[in-house]
Amino acid sequence: MLPIKLEPRGESARTVAYFTPLLAVILTMIGGFVLFALMGQDPLEALYVFFISPLTSYYGFSELLLKATPLGLIAVGLSIGFRANVWNIGAEGQLTLGAIFGGGMALAFYEMDGFWILPVMLIAGVLGGMVWAAIPAFLKTRFNTNEILTSLMLTYVATLLLSFLVHGPWRDPDGFNFPESRLFWDSALLPALLEGTRLHVGSLLVPLVVAVAWVFLNRSFVGFQIKVMGLTPAAAGYAGFNQKRLTWLALMIGGGLAGLAGVLEVAGPIGQLNPTISPGYGFTAIIVAFLGRLHPVGIFFAALLMALSYLGGEAMQIQMGLPLAVTGVFQGMILFFLLASDVLIRYRLRFTMNSAKAGQESV
Amino acid sequence: MTQHGNEVPRLKLTGMTKRFPGCLANDSVDLEIAPGEIHALLGENGAGKSTLMKMVYGLLKADEGTLEWDGKPRDIVSPAMARELGIGMVFQHFSLFESLTVAENIALGLNSKEPLETLSKRIAEVSGHYGLPLDPARHVHSLSVGERQRIEIVRCLLQSPRLLIMDEPTSVLTPQEAETLFGTLRQLSAEGCSILYISHKLDEVRRLCARATVLRAGRCVGACIPAEETARSMAQMMISSELQAPERVQDKEIGDVRFQVDRLSLTTDDPFGVELSDINFSLHAGEILGVAGVAGNGQAELLSVLSGESTEARHGAIMIEGHKVGQLNARQRRDLGLAFVPEERLGRGAIPGMGLADNALLSGYARKSLVSWGIVSFSKARTYAENIIKDFNVVAGGTKAEAGSLSGGNLQKFIVGREILQKPRILIVAQPTWGVDAGAAAAIHQALINLAHEEKTAILVISQDLDELFAISDRLAVISHGRLSPAVATHEATVDEIGLRMGGLFEGEEQAHAAH
Amino acid sequence: MLDTTLAILLTVVAAATPLVFAALGELITEKSGVLNLGVEGMMLMGAIAAFAVGISTGSSMLAILGGAAAGMAMAALFALMVLGLLSNQVATGLALTIFGVGLSALVGKGFVGTPLPALDKLDIPGLTDLPFVGPLLFGQDFLVYLSFVMLVVVAWFLGKSRAGLILRAVGESHDAAHAIGYSVMKVRLLAILFGGAMSGLGGAYLSLAYTPMWVENMTAGRGWIALALVVFGTWRPLRAFAGAYLFGGVTILQLHAQGFGFNVPAQFWSMLPYLATIVVLVMISRDQTLVRLNAPACLGKVFVKTK
Repeated sequence: MLPIKLEPRGESARTVAYFTPLLAVILTMIGGFVLFALMGQDPLEALYVFFISPLTSYYGFSELLLKATPLGLIAVGLSIGFRANVWNIGAEGQLTLGAIFGGGMALAFYEMDGFWILPVMLIAGVLGGMVWAAIPAFLKTRFNTNEILTSLMLTYVATLLLSFLVHGPWRDPDGFNFPESRLFWDSALLPALLEGTRLHVGSLLVPLVVAVAWVFLNRSFVGFQIKVMGLTPAAAGYAGFNQKRLTWLALMIGGGLAGLAGVLEVAGPIGQLNPTISPGYGFTAIIVAFLGRLHPVGIFFAALLMALSYLGGEAMQIQMGLPLAVTGVFQGMILFFLLASDVLIRYRLRFTMNSAKAGQESV
Repeated sequence: MTQHGNEVPRLKLTGMTKRFPGCLANDSVDLEIAPGEIHALLGENGAGKSTLMKMVYGLLKADEGTLEWDGKPRDIVSPAMARELGIGMVFQHFSLFESLTVAENIALGLNSKEPLETLSKRIAEVSGHYGLPLDPARHVHSLSVGERQRIEIVRCLLQSPRLLIMDEPTSVLTPQEAETLFGTLRQLSAEGCSILYISHKLDEVRRLCARATVLRAGRCVGACIPAEETARSMAQMMISSELQAPERVQDKEIGDVRFQVDRLSLTTDDPFGVELSDINFSLHAGEILGVAGVAGNGQAELLSVLSGESTEARHGAIMIEGHKVGQLNARQRRDLGLAFVPEERLGRGAIPGMGLADNALLSGYARKSLVSWGIVSFSKARTYAENIIKDFNVVAGGTKAEAGSLSGGNLQKFIVGREILQKPRILIVAQPTWGVDAGAAAAIHQALINLAHEEKTAILVISQDLDELFAISDRLAVISHGRLSPAVATHEATVDEIGLRMGGLFEGEEQAHAAH
Repeated sequence: MLDTTLAILLTVVAAATPLVFAALGELITEKSGVLNLGVEGMMLMGAIAAFAVGISTGSSMLAILGGAAAGMAMAALFALMVLGLLSNQVATGLALTIFGVGLSALVGKGFVGTPLPALDKLDIPGLTDLPFVGPLLFGQDFLVYLSFVMLVVVAWFLGKSRAGLILRAVGESHDAAHAIGYSVMKVRLLAILFGGAMSGLGGAYLSLAYTPMWVENMTAGRGWIALALVVFGTWRPLRAFAGAYLFGGVTILQLHAQGFGFNVPAQFWSMLPYLATIVVLVMISRDQTLVRLNAPACLGKVFVKTK
């Protein structure tokens, strides 16, 4: 029995809530240290390669912002759902549909010029994500079907759909049978934000979305309703908030933003459709949302940190020959440590001297 | 009753003390029960009765004090050990499992690993012997509250207990069912089983118990022989300051019909729910209509269709001042002037993790114009919350204090105050003073009476507490098995009559009163 | 023709077995009131652990035990979080899956492309030689037999045993179970660990028998399908088992359908198990009475001891 006792706090401690993500990052670094030592690597060097080296160049910095873009967009959308107790974990599929819808526009208007092509693509991307999120929304509100499982199953379906398209009807006719679409025409590509990098103007949408989401959650009545529904659904029913409509709204925002992230990826750094347009952004965004405390501003910073985990994994692969999976391990660890340290928000630890007595009480 | 003076007491508590963070629940409590004695533990809500019993039953560990069982000091560390010693407990909130059968539920509460078949037989025997009919194969969700209590009692009796603890057993029974229970308890006492009877109902205690110990704010404030006391003298021991009955308005005028329910029937797809059938009543401006009934007779279902949390009623079955509202949601009904205080305070009437200002916004958004163009005015919400706190003497750490941090009584004052300050045309209140201390209960009763008188609000009160309904309502109806009896004027009603109706004896009366 | 049918049925058994393990394990976990969404991660860890032990020791028994132990270790981590630190079960389960996907890929990097002989078929003299049913029912490997045994054990445990009654009681109302004096924590811990071991076995079957090799993310959503099967089976072992075979059938159907000359792109056939999952979920959950009567009432709720 541990000589530690959890004692409920009267009120949730807000300062602790902002402090636990930092604690989680520190614990993850310690966990990484142990992990690398176990793998026979020099832990300090490995941590340097993972966390610091990607940020030492101008290009690396731009890549950080580039990868943070989809993560931030998706996570803001998911966080609104999570606040409403709507567990959309199929953002990866919604991202894929956004890419398919937006990319489909790019292919449809191939070799055409016009300022309107990009906006049309972005809108189509948002709609694509919404269409995919509408399925779990409909099934949940109409048949009470659990959205966790349906949205996740649809991710597999979306990936297969994309695979079919790039292997079949949308395959580049001059592409030597590679499962890829044509490269998008210039008018369908997002302009670069920084010269010589892949960072594109779409990244500017992130601070905009963050600001709008902040106002929505903290000032609007609908945002208040979403929070009430998530915390205590019975109180939302009591107050007369339309829970089906709020569920729809949460999934539409989540799906729309994931779809937007998808079309930004294909119209930005990728420039075409291929079978692997995302290295799991839709799943990593779940971690980003939690790490950011489901708060738009927190998510902004969490997205940067998680983007770093991708760059760190790549750097480890190149410089130390370690598998890319290191990224996933780090992401899983950080979420674990975060959830574990969250206990401090609701409880304070009390170390008891008399361990035998404490054991009796706590088990 | 025999005298128990010279025997070794079956249970003796000395100096029992229990602290919780921020409160002293029991402060050096002493208590003694002789074999075969029925002993009352009296006290208001929050006096520390349940805490004391949980320590005896091994659910809580005393910080200080000694417990002697048959003259020997014991340290009861778990309910299993308590049961082994021969202590049985019937909880106020039953520890039953809805989806399991009666026999399975009882098996879970026994230490022995008897097969279900033989156990079922014994259940039938014991329940027959004590006049507590029970079918072992039934699923709990299909039973009434009274039947559920029987499961708990039979479970204890199967272990041939030597001490039976009963926590407010009659709060869920009709007066007639309670009488049957007293018979069982007297039979047990005659067979030598001691009974510790926790209650705040003085009449019962006077009729049933040989001795009484009175708790107030965690302390023993007296011991007495109830038969030699009056209800009033015992009440004075229980309650610190003398309480006044709410002031009634004499000869008040009843206005037009504000709220009408017409042939409301409702089937349910919840297997644990109760169906409503053919409910009719009308609620007039300025009157308080009380609905009595034992829990689980359709109150929850009725409340949710009246409040609009459920929109499954026929559209015309519910009318607010002539508008059909059966299919309108709670928000639309609020817009028409309906306010509602639910039974479940925390988690329905209030959001535990949010501050009081946010909780004021929860139901006050429309009638207090706290939202414009979709944006919340948090300063207005704060002012509104401040007014509630001030007008209803809510003890809280300001408008930012989380609802979950308030005591039951203060939270209830806040919620009732929040609805009253919206000056509703119609107010529906469920269990206005359930688990609330006496001072807060009196304040809430007075506030409801004043609202009906001064604002001419039509008020519907659904409660299990008959005393409360007799004290505040103008007319009384009873709900039983999803049916509602016709209402009678309170001053013409008697407890017996209402009690019979709580048992469902009003079939056929409906036609007679249909003209009303 | 009979041979083709037999071959197809044998592959159905193979496709269903990992689902049987994972679904029965999760069923027990959920019956205790805990929702563990980390099945996918636990299966993957079971798969790689079994494979690694199999390669390094050459013993299939040790490999199977290794798979179960790895799944159980992951479950222990989950239990520490949700029982010890009272974390949100949904978020923790997701974390377990993300972590398991990453860690199994990291650990398994060295094993990609290494072949391993498939698990031996345990023939039962006399019975295996029966035509048709012989190889189908009595010519399987140890894990397939074990999956049948586990079905019986789980069904008996939940329906007939006292321990199973206590487990159901804890899942139905943890407060009431606590009030009577049962240790909610202990019951749930054991249920979570059992669920983890079973998921580990499911993973082990994939990497030892179904496709005897290690491929990153080789579960391909089977952990999630197992979760859906628990709902599909309305928390009853036999129905969940039947569901697993139904899904085994759907999975195999898509493999063979192209051979029968249906001119539909492969990707659409591959979508079938996932679409079927959605369809059955809708079918079950639209009947709220059915769900309410069978689902553990405390599923996913955090248990906090009150005063």
